[in-house]
Amino acid sequence: MRLITSRAWRRDAAAVSSFRRQLAYSSLLLPIVLILLSLLLGLYNIQPQTIVKALLSLIFPQAAEGISATELTLILRIRLPRVLAAALIGAALAGTGAAFQGIFKNPLVDSNLLGVTSGAGFGAALALLLGGTALMVQGFAFGFGLLAVMLAYMGSRLYSSAPLIVLTLMGILIGSFFTSLTALTKYVADPLNTLPAITFWLLGGLTGVTWNSVPLLAAITLSGSLFLWAVRWRLNILSLGDAEATALGMNPTRLKLLIILCATLMTAAAVAVGGVIGWIGLVIPHAARLLVGTDHKQLMPMSLALGASFLLVIDNISRTLLPAEVPLGILTGLVGVPILIALLRRSQTVW
Amino acid sequence: MLEAENLHYAYKPEKPTLRGISLTLRQGTILYLLGRNGCGKTTLMSCLSGLLRPQSGTVRLHGRDLRSYTPAERARHIGLIPQLHTPAFNYSVREMVLMGRAPHLGLLAAPSRGDYAIADAALESVGLADYRERPYTQLSGGERQLVLIARGLAQECRILLMDEPDAHLDLNNQQRVMERVARLAADGLSFIISSHVPNNALMYAHRVLLMKRGTTLAYGAPEHILTETLLTAAYELPIEVIRAEEQPRAIVPRKVSG
Repeated sequence: MRLITSRAWRRDAAAVSSFRRQLAYSSLLLPIVLILLSLLLGLYNIQPQTIVKALLSLIFPQAAEGISATELTLILRIRLPRVLAAALIGAALAGTGAAFQGIFKNPLVDSNLLGVTSGAGFGAALALLLGGTALMVQGFAFGFGLLAVMLAYMGSRLYSSAPLIVLTLMGILIGSFFTSLTALTKYVADPLNTLPAITFWLLGGLTGVTWNSVPLLAAITLSGSLFLWAVRWRLNILSLGDAEATALGMNPTRLKLLIILCATLMTAAAVAVGGVIGWIGLVIPHAARLLVGTDHKQLMPMSLALGASFLLVIDNISRTLLPAEVPLGILTGLVGVPILIALLRRSQTVW
Repeated sequence: MLEAENLHYAYKPEKPTLRGISLTLRQGTILYLLGRNGCGKTTLMSCLSGLLRPQSGTVRLHGRDLRSYTPAERARHIGLIPQLHTPAFNYSVREMVLMGRAPHLGLLAAPSRGDYAIADAALESVGLADYRERPYTQLSGGERQLVLIARGLAQECRILLMDEPDAHLDLNNQQRVMERVARLAADGLSFIISSHVPNNALMYAHRVLLMKRGTTLAYGAPEHILTETLLTAAYELPIEVIRAEEQPRAIVPRKVSG
């Protein structure tokens, strides 16, 4: 009798684990479908075949025949960059969140743990205060995001023992330092023009995204995601702690620093283009865990795919359903929290 | 196959943790490290597994200085089984065992079908083949120890260091783990086990290293080391060795209060 139950358990569990593997990899199709659907959505109604023709015209210019110049501009120059940016930013925030949760052995952190978002926020606020162009805002955000993590890293080098714990502490300190600087910037900003601009930027949004921002964002996000995907199995081992990882023949400190560097670049690029979009890095990995389990081999692709999909949906809601564009940082929480609570009800033993 | 000679280690220079420890581990044997809390057992294990670099003295693995091995090379020979712990994320038993393949794979590689087969075979040889899809944290302490032994087997190492495998385990689970260890030793694996249960050393050890404040109090065959005099000195407490039919059968502290 006992033998039968354990066999049944084994078969069921094996089926679950192979289902999870398939789910993780087929989920990668979801953002692609959503990108195409998102191109359809907008105040101006466009036929699906027009979208397909317009996209084809990127490769075969003759496919654009019969499409009005307005539609072509709307699809290729306005909707496409925005939709691509949403997918890339969502993937970057969720993927780096999953990676940080793994290497810091803590399911309650995201890639802002070391202050990159706070630094980027200050950079953007400073650029807006100085009356900079959109490019300058992006450049400052990216630069100060990297600077914050670099300062945290340099601070942690002052102590030789337990480098990662000190790095975390330094990151939190540097992050709150930049948050204070951002508050200072807002305090001195002109309350009629500059202050609303800073506030709006800090809440996140993709309204102003053009093709200028996409190539660098895409290059950083795609190469970074590729790296995180390549080390996804090593994340399992890193999450057991340094002693076990070392005993298994790894150099955990070096690999963690590489992952931190990669995640910081990805987050800084994402925040520079989309502003501060909170919540995704923390909660999407949890949603992914509920669907495919804790194994990072499946969790990493699932987080990337879910993050991209989630931000696409949120951005679509932001630009179509509501009369005025609601900042993404607000919507991610308003929409995401009920979804996560619903997911949590279904499964309770994941972590 | 694993020899340590005159190891010294100090976390703080003024307070050395290890002071001149030497030992030899032969193939197919079980070496027990006994001593009070803080006597340096865990530090010694860390030096032997290459996690810590002894400040003086050498560790030789198959006649070669352990420092000349790369971390991955070393991990193909020596495995570490940590104390009972709960990981931050709840992996399946099979995933835990699969991690033993890390020193055999490139940094960017993921385990292949062959690696899964090795992990499954390792689980089979500790008698947990039916457990492979179960969540690791839902297993009993003894089963978790067996899973970590299986991870060492998947690592294909011939030397396993176990840090207090009997801690937090009831007698049944202790016995289950130790019987498996004894069987693997009979198959040619070697074990260094730190423990606070001298009775298990009495039953399973081939050699015992009795430590006190970072030094060797006594080292040799269990019948010479597990004596009332030496144990009393090591634990700083009157200890009795109870014999039956001329054989030592139990080690118990003497009751001091009324």
